[in-house]
Formats: sequence, C-alpha cells, structure tokens
Amino acid sequence: MVSGLSHAFGKRRVLDGVSLTVRPGSFTVLLGLNGAGKTTLFALITRLYHAREGRIAVFGHDIKHEPAPALARMGVVFQQPTLDLDLTVEQNLRYHAALHGMPRRLARARLLEELTRIGLEGRRRDKVRQLSGGQRRRVELARALLHHPSLLLLDEPTVGLDLASRHFLLEHVRSLCRAQGIGVLWATHLIDEVGEDADIIVLHQGRVVASGRPSALLERTGAPDLRRAFALLTGMENAENREEG
Amino acid sequence: MRGAAYAICLSGVVEREALRWLNQRGRFVSALVRPLVWLAIFAAGFHFVLGVSIIPPYETYIPYEVYIAPGLVAMILLFNGMQSSLSMVYDREMGSMKTLLISPFPRWFLLVAKLLAGVFVSMVQAYIFLAIAWFWDITPPWAGYLAALPALLLSGLMLGALGLVLSSFIRQLENFAGVMNFVIFPMFFTSSALYPLWRVREASLPVYWLSEINPFTHATELIRFALYEKFAPLSALVVAGYLVLFVILAVWGYDPGRGLMARRAGGE
Repeated sequence: MVSGLSHAFGKRRVLDGVSLTVRPGSFTVLLGLNGAGKTTLFALITRLYHAREGRIAVFGHDIKHEPAPALARMGVVFQQPTLDLDLTVEQNLRYHAALHGMPRRLARARLLEELTRIGLEGRRRDKVRQLSGGQRRRVELARALLHHPSLLLLDEPTVGLDLASRHFLLEHVRSLCRAQGIGVLWATHLIDEVGEDADIIVLHQGRVVASGRPSALLERTGAPDLRRAFALLTGMENAENREEG
Repeated sequence: MRGAAYAICLSGVVEREALRWLNQRGRFVSALVRPLVWLAIFAAGFHFVLGVSIIPPYETYIPYEVYIAPGLVAMILLFNGMQSSLSMVYDREMGSMKTLLISPFPRWFLLVAKLLAGVFVSMVQAYIFLAIAWFWDITPPWAGYLAALPALLLSGLMLGALGLVLSSFIRQLENFAGVMNFVIFPMFFTSSALYPLWRVREASLPVYWLSEINPFTHATELIRFALYEKFAPLSALVVAGYLVLFVILAVWGYDPGRGLMARRAGGE
C-alpha cells in the first residue's frame, strides 16, 4: 500500500524509504516512539500533503492521482480531537456524512447504527462538550466508520484515555477487523496494545526497522517479550535496563 | 461524484457553520456589538466634526452615521472572513480543517464550500445589523436591501478568500490580535469606510492611492451604492478581480504538493 515513501520538512528527514502494507481484515500496529514519523505518515496517507518521494495506493488508487476513490474508502481518527465541542454528537456525525455526500436519510440510519454499536445512542442530542474523553473518542470512531470504509486509520487513539476506555476502543476495532474485514492501521507507542494476532510495523527515526507477526519479531531479536524486542530494535535497551535496575 | 452529492456536501458545510455561529454566543454577540459601538459612539462623536457633502450615491446632505453604515456592514464581512478562515488555523491545531480535507470531494470545492458557508453567516449578520441600524435613522430604500444582497455576497466571498490566503501562507498567525493589527485595522482605516476618499486626497496623496487599491474600499463602495439602488461598476470589477486572485492563491496554498499543510506540520 505504501512504497518507498520519503518526506522531509526542510532539511529534517522525517520519513526515509518507508514501505508497508495493510491487508484487508488485518489489525496492523504501527509501533514507534514519539517523533518516529507516525503522524507524518498518516498525513501523507490521508493526502493532507504529498510526499517528496514514493507512492501511496489505497485499494489500487494512487492517492496523488485518484484521491477521491482512495479517500472515500478510508476512515480516519486523528491524534488530536477533531469534534466540534459546541455541536451535538448527532450534528457532528451529520456533518461528516455530508462531507461524504451521504443523503440525509441514509446518514441518519448509519449514525444510529454506529452510535448504538458504541453504546452512545442515548447521548446523541448532547453536546460533545458534555461527553468524557473516552466517549468523545468513541464518537470519533463512529464518525470514521459512518461511510463504511474498508481501511481504518487511527493515530494514537488511546492517548489520554483511562484503562476501561482504552480496552473498549481496542476491542471494538479488533472486532471490526474480524467481523467486517476492515483493514486497520493503528499507530501507537504502547506495546501492550499489540495483540497476538496483530501485524507489527516498527517505525524508528523515519525508517521501518522491522515488520511481521509478534512471534517473528521475537525470533528475530531473540528477546523474551515484545517490550524487550521493541527496545532492542529502537536502540532503547540501555534505557530499558536502567529503568529496571 | 454526482451533482447531488456536491449539493449535500455544500449544505452540510453551511449547516455546520451556521450551527457553530448560533452556539458560540460570544462570537455572535461581539460580531454584532462591534459595528453598533462604532455607530453609536464613534459616529455620534464625529457627527459634528465631519461634514459630508453631497457625493454619489447620496442625493442630499447626510448625517455621518448614514455615511459610515455601509462601511460597518463591510467591516462585519471583513471580521467574519478573517475569523472563519483563521479559526481553521488555530482551532485546535487544524483539527477541523483536517476533517474537511479528508473528504473525497476535490479540494477546491471544499475550500469554496467553506468560503460560502462563512459568507452565508456574515450576510445574516449584516442584515441583523442593518435592521438595528434602521432605528438610528439609517433607512435606505427597501429595494436597496435587496440590491445589497449580491454586493454582500461578492464582497463577503472576496474578504473570506483573503482570509483563506492569509491562513495558508502566513505561518506565524497564532492569534487574532496579529491579524487585527496588520490586516484588519490597516484595511479598515485606509478605505472609504470612515471618510470619503476626496477628503483623504486633500490630506495625503499616498494614503489616497493606498485607499484606491485597497479591496476593502471597493467592497464598501459596492455595498454603499447597492444600498441606495445604484451600481458601482468599477468597484464591482475590482472586487471580482481580487476575488479571483485570492481564490487562485488559496487553492494554490492548500495544494497538497506545497503550501500550508506541509509547512505547518513541519513546524509542529
């Protein structure tokens, strides 16, 4: 899906020859420390701006030359909250539906369906400001799913959430992968969000330093657990040892 | 995408802008109070200082309040144009702009939709102001209110597009105060909003020429003439010209290959 992608801001090279693929129905975790280039990668995939080099294709549609069909099949949850706090949950979702050209009746049916799924249908007339952080994230997820995307991108979606909300979000997205065959790209720096069944892509200083199943990563690094494997791959093992010592 | 989908998208963007405006009481009230303060205090103070002779479109001597009313209407458009465009930049680090731009519609269409939404809200505000100003004896003919509609639309689009351009090119615009000092006030004061240009020419020729090329002057004059059922062809042409220029620059600035989004992210 992404091949040979490089990008720089001025002289600072943020992404360097990144290639990765998200298979339909797979839960792919983009693992990287803060500043690894995750957010830049997301901005490029969502066409907020173009990469200096390389190619991005979503279901065969090049994002540069055929952005419309690529974006139409993509659902995105950005790192920063992007809901209008002064509008109601329903108004926020209706706006998104309009941005996808969805007729009103269809939009209404879809938003009820998605809100029911996240257990917030009773709050749809409440302003987003009245919702907790975890609930707002869930609404953002519902919004990203409103137009039934085949690819779901989430950029550190659990930052700032409590354990229960994190767990809910993670489980919900995993079940979407299994039940609906949606391909998910989940960016995080939290290793415990990687499940047994995940595909992992380790991004470090703008490069993909490893990718594959958790078991493959353990084998390659010879580490006893993923945390240690990640530390080895990102040159953090010393820091990790100090922490434990 | 078919035409119907475009219409749905546009109405969605307009609806959101209108809802936001209604929900943000502070913005709503301050946008109305600002021109009213000018009208009630500034104009009252200058009422006896500045005499306005008979100049088109007026057919008789007019009190100063009547003279500055169209300029204050244009001021509403100017403030809103800057605010709605620049709010995209500093509202929660462009979150709302990202939401807009990942829509599958072409980017130029999304920007124009955003622009139209802002202008729609501005025009409602302008008419509320005119309704209140009626009690200050600012009573253009009824047909003038209708004739002002296209003038407001064109001027509003032009000033909103200017805001879009600024938001895409100027990276350091972190707060509204900077825009007030460097854009809104200079544009407002070097225009025909507060004093007729023949008076400016008597005082200072350079300022006069600045005022003549100032798009805000022509927006003001276009509205002033329309309110009195007259057409100002030169002003209409200048406003339309600036509109085309600003839209081209804005689309260029928001092009994914260059401009704002990449540079801004680089600064994060």
